Amino acid sequence: MKNLQKLLWLVAIIGFVGGAYGLYDRLAHGHLDVSYGSYIPWGLWVGAYIYFIGVSAGAFLISTLVYAFGVKRLEKIGKLSLFTAVVALGVAMLSIWFDLGHPERALELILRTNIHSVMGWMIWFYSVYWLMLLVELWFALRPDFVAWSARKDVAGSLAHFLTFGRRDVSAKVLASDGRVLRVLGALGIPLAIALHGSVGALFGVVGARPYWNTGLTPIMFLVGALLSGGALTTFVVLIFGPDAGSQEHAETVVFLGQIVLGLLALDVILEWAEYSIGLYAAIPADAESMRLALFGPYAWVFWGIHVGLGVVIPAVILVVRRHSPTWVGIAGLLIAATFIAVRLNIVIPGLAVPELQGLEAAFSGPGLTFSYFPTLTEWLLEVWVVSTGLLAFLIGYRLLPIVTRETAGAGVAGE
Amino acid sequence: MPVTTEKALEFFVRDATMGTPDDPIIRMQEDLKRALAKPIDQRRWAMVLDLRKCVGCSSCTVACIAENKLPPGVVYRPVLEEEIGTFPNVARHFVPRPCMQCDNPPCVPVCPVAATYKRPDGIIEIDYDVCIGCRYCITACPYSARTFDSGRFYTSGTPQLEAYEKLPNFEYGVSLDRSQGGSPIGNARKCTFCAHRLDAGMLPACTTTCIGRATYFGDANDPQALVSQLIASPNVTRLKEEMGTEPKVYYLV
Repeated sequence: MKNLQKLLWLVAIIGFVGGAYGLYDRLAHGHLDVSYGSYIPWGLWVGAYIYFIGVSAGAFLISTLVYAFGVKRLEKIGKLSLFTAVVALGVAMLSIWFDLGHPERALELILRTNIHSVMGWMIWFYSVYWLMLLVELWFALRPDFVAWSARKDVAGSLAHFLTFGRRDVSAKVLASDGRVLRVLGALGIPLAIALHGSVGALFGVVGARPYWNTGLTPIMFLVGALLSGGALTTFVVLIFGPDAGSQEHAETVVFLGQIVLGLLALDVILEWAEYSIGLYAAIPADAESMRLALFGPYAWVFWGIHVGLGVVIPAVILVVRRHSPTWVGIAGLLIAATFIAVRLNIVIPGLAVPELQGLEAAFSGPGLTFSYFPTLTEWLLEVWVVSTGLLAFLIGYRLLPIVTRETAGAGVAGE
Repeated sequence: MPVTTEKALEFFVRDATMGTPDDPIIRMQEDLKRALAKPIDQRRWAMVLDLRKCVGCSSCTVACIAENKLPPGVVYRPVLEEEIGTFPNVARHFVPRPCMQCDNPPCVPVCPVAATYKRPDGIIEIDYDVCIGCRYCITACPYSARTFDSGRFYTSGTPQLEAYEKLPNFEYGVSLDRSQGGSPIGNARKCTFCAHRLDAGMLPACTTTCIGRATYFGDANDPQALVSQLIASPNVTRLKEEMGTEPKVYYLV
């Protein structure tokens, strides 16, 4: 696992350096070198945004199994899934921030929220969610901050600082911290559902886009969030989980794998419901978008990336190799990494069908087209954003007591 | 029946009202004056497009671009072309598509910062200084009437940005120079029925420029106005009535 961690460092650094060109181009030239425009106003960055918000909500909901429901088998990975949720939320916010036409006005979203706008609600949901994640993570880490304060390195000083002077780790205080965590975890469940539900509803309420305009949209967003977040957490636990190689670690990964398999099945059922009903009724505005996703020029995204790599192969692995943590972790990575295809297949086909007959030929110009594929700038900026998130995760993993290797080390020293 | 020269001439003569008090433009200017004399909340601007008269010349599209100094990728009033039938038995329809200025606009409630709103006279505007450029409104419009200003110039990549691209644009009655880089670059943009011209007592650019007199404009709240009489025709229709948006752009078919 150590080698894999090193590989991830390498990937993150290469992505951070290579993707910097996308950052430069976005900052220097705004929205010139992008493929989205007037008729398809949302593209890769919006897809990435809803994808990472989903991953965050999903990873968070896994952590509530520990903090709100007290699932003992997952106890040791609570902090890790919370931390994954924090980083994923950061990646989501950064993705959408660069997507704005006026990123410098982002604060207006809080200062003059339109209460009639689902997007306005979403802003408040994730502001509160963000705060709650940080507070909950702090409470979860506090005993470890105290333990690490004794260390003589950077991590030790940081831990000392991050206790914010609260260094009491008596059984009584820890018990009260536990209650706080339970309350925050419990409050977090409706909050995370409201957050990602509102991201789905943001699409669902758009009557102009029949492909989005169904009551199933927010539900599919939520199940997708649980699936992608759960799958990523499974992979993260395999690589970064406590006591890697131990029986307990293996059991945790295998257990998570079974949860992911169930969620995958649920997601497939919802997807089947959505597509089969839309295609059977064949109301053009709705069915056209579905045909575009299934049989259009980017059908390989649906069949190859989503169905092949994201559903069939991981499902086979999770059934046939369900007892092998390594295989289960790989299945988790496959599901999590390919789920961006599902998100893009929500955003793009909904927009790529002309709303009025003849619009595609009526007037031409950049952005006045109904085909979309991300430009190099769009890919590179997203690579940079994701790499920044990965670096933040790796640095946090080293400097913060997310996974307390100390316990294992102390055990060995004591023997 | 063969079209004789006399028949053709009769057609043109019948429509040769240009410049006379019977000219719809003259009449609509009178209508406009009457409307502007009323308080703003008693005006209900409406547009009527006679598709039987539209020849698909796209003059309105061009006039709009000139009036509002629209950059590449931004268009307020394209003319949609529809071909009906199978070659060689085909006919073509032309459908100019301005903003519908819906009475129940789906673009307004979705804006997260309330940067877009309906004026008391029904025109939907965008506050360029508030719009964050999230483009949610563009997705919400059933008519694709909103476009995104991504900051392009026709003459970028040439030795110099030509002077016509630096001319101020008077949308919303303020002088905007895009070449400085700020708004409306990065904003959603849309047709406002030329609100800045209306406020100055002029008809929208598309209306005055229409060579076939196929575009009518006026106050639908005034029974004497030409548009009110046209809206009362039995052959009037609106786009996507089923959406419940209540457009204020009517089509005569």
